Amino acid sequence: MAKGVYQTPLAFLDQTFSGDVPSATNIWLTTQKKQVISNILQHSPSFIRVKYWQHESKTAWILSEVGKEKPITVGVVIDDGKIQQLKVLTFRESRGWEVKHNFFTRQFDHVGLNQERRLDKSIDGISGATLSVRALKKIARIALYLEQQL
Amino acid sequence: MNFATLAKNTGLAVALSIGISPLASALTLEDLAKRLDALEIQNKQLSKENAQLRDAVAQTNDKVEAAVIATESIADSASGIQKLANFADKTTIGGYGELHYNNLSGKGGASDKDEIDFHRFVLFFGHEFSDDIRFFSELEVEHSIAGEGKSGEVELEQAYIDFDLNDNHTARAGLFLLPVGIINETHEPPTFYGTERNPVEKNIIPATWWAAGAGLNGQLGGGFSYDAYVHSGLAVPGTGKNAWKVRSGRQKVSKAKANDPAATARLKYTGIPGLELAVSAQYQQDMGQGLVAGLDSGTLIETHAIWKSGPFGVKALYAAWDIDGSEVKAAGADEQEGFYIEPSYKISEKFGVFARFNQWDNQAGSSASESEKEQWDIGVNYWPHENVVIKADYQYQNNDDGEDQNGLNIGLGYQF
Repeated sequence: MAKGVYQTPLAFLDQTFSGDVPSATNIWLTTQKKQVISNILQHSPSFIRVKYWQHESKTAWILSEVGKEKPITVGVVIDDGKIQQLKVLTFRESRGWEVKHNFFTRQFDHVGLNQERRLDKSIDGISGATLSVRALKKIARIALYLEQQL
Repeated sequence: MNFATLAKNTGLAVALSIGISPLASALTLEDLAKRLDALEIQNKQLSKENAQLRDAVAQTNDKVEAAVIATESIADSASGIQKLANFADKTTIGGYGELHYNNLSGKGGASDKDEIDFHRFVLFFGHEFSDDIRFFSELEVEHSIAGEGKSGEVELEQAYIDFDLNDNHTARAGLFLLPVGIINETHEPPTFYGTERNPVEKNIIPATWWAAGAGLNGQLGGGFSYDAYVHSGLAVPGTGKNAWKVRSGRQKVSKAKANDPAATARLKYTGIPGLELAVSAQYQQDMGQGLVAGLDSGTLIETHAIWKSGPFGVKALYAAWDIDGSEVKAAGADEQEGFYIEPSYKISEKFGVFARFNQWDNQAGSSASESEKEQWDIGVNYWPHENVVIKADYQYQNNDDGEDQNGLNIGLGYQF
């Protein structure tokens, strides 16, 4: 496993679906979805679709967003409209590494979206890791939003 | 039931209905057979076209897939929200800047200050040579213009290379910001309250403070991290209006006197979301680099705590120098210390308010000198975008020497 990789996407999916990973499906970004995601990211997304894996009410998403300089890759599991698990899979920034720890990502458990498409629970940040924390919150919002569109 | 079977059954039904209906006797069985044959031919033609369409759809899907893969930059993930070009993957550019307007009234001999200043314009350049070796630099223009007779400076504030030793430890060498205080390493304007940086870290630590050297940083587990460096030290002057001021000892690695190096270590705990606790210690063998009589070794201790919970935040910092030497002691500058406490509240994503009390003394070793300074700040930050900030605050000083500057500061800042 390369440096900075804490779990491969495959291992994350394997764990999420107890070894029986469903086929991936794509959700395509319509103009409206692109607008919503741009508002969340505060910049245009460079992707035009997002892959997700679904079994019954559970979906898994793997998304990346740049914190300060490098993309942080995050796996998000959503069940019944709430985050069941958020896990940093790859972290390559030179600062802000604290976000990879479970003590931080645990805060996302059972979090959903409110009507303004913001997280319905406040996430306490980490000093000096502002940009990494921000990237994770954006990824959580995008995954929850896209799950609502299925 | 497929189309051919359906057609045949339908034909049969028609034939039967003809058989029992004298009105339909005009249609012969031969005609019906011909029609059925024609339908079969048509059905085969449709099946063929259908297969061709399926092929075309599959080919279109393949093309779309290829186009998407070409569009997305997938480094480690199944979908990427990230920079596209290989260049951007290896080389990064960023920066920050701040424009300040100060409208301060001086009293007790202090001057008025009515000025507008592009205080800092900074560009970052980084490059990743390999997965384990990275370069980072920060080039700064202060006060907009530099040159002879100009008040600005061009400064190389950071230029270092990190070598990852393993997953948890990194060696650093070059010119870098020292791990002391809250704003010394992270000072992009949208990240802090107050138009101007706080006076305690400015005058005691003294931020922004960089040095040339080498050392290690990394993670110890359980939310603890460390930094430890050996680096160029201060060269504090012993004469003139800036005598014994640590801020004036910053050499900025410009042909810096390196007779006596310094060492800095920091231990930081960020094991609970919202909380940061840190303590830094620095030892300098000779605060004057052997050039100032009566000025010897110095030790700096700095500690701070940051607590953020929902919209509430509070920062508190204490820093103190203990300096040896007969002359520095005689001036009362053998002890220099300060602290501040800054509560804040974010009314919304875009608005935050704060208050800060600062107290510092660069001649705390002498009770005779009127050298203690106090400043209250109260103000607001407005972030129209998460990386852009507009600030306004009011400062009120109450200095022992009676020289105060009170008034309004307004700032515009950005980072990218």
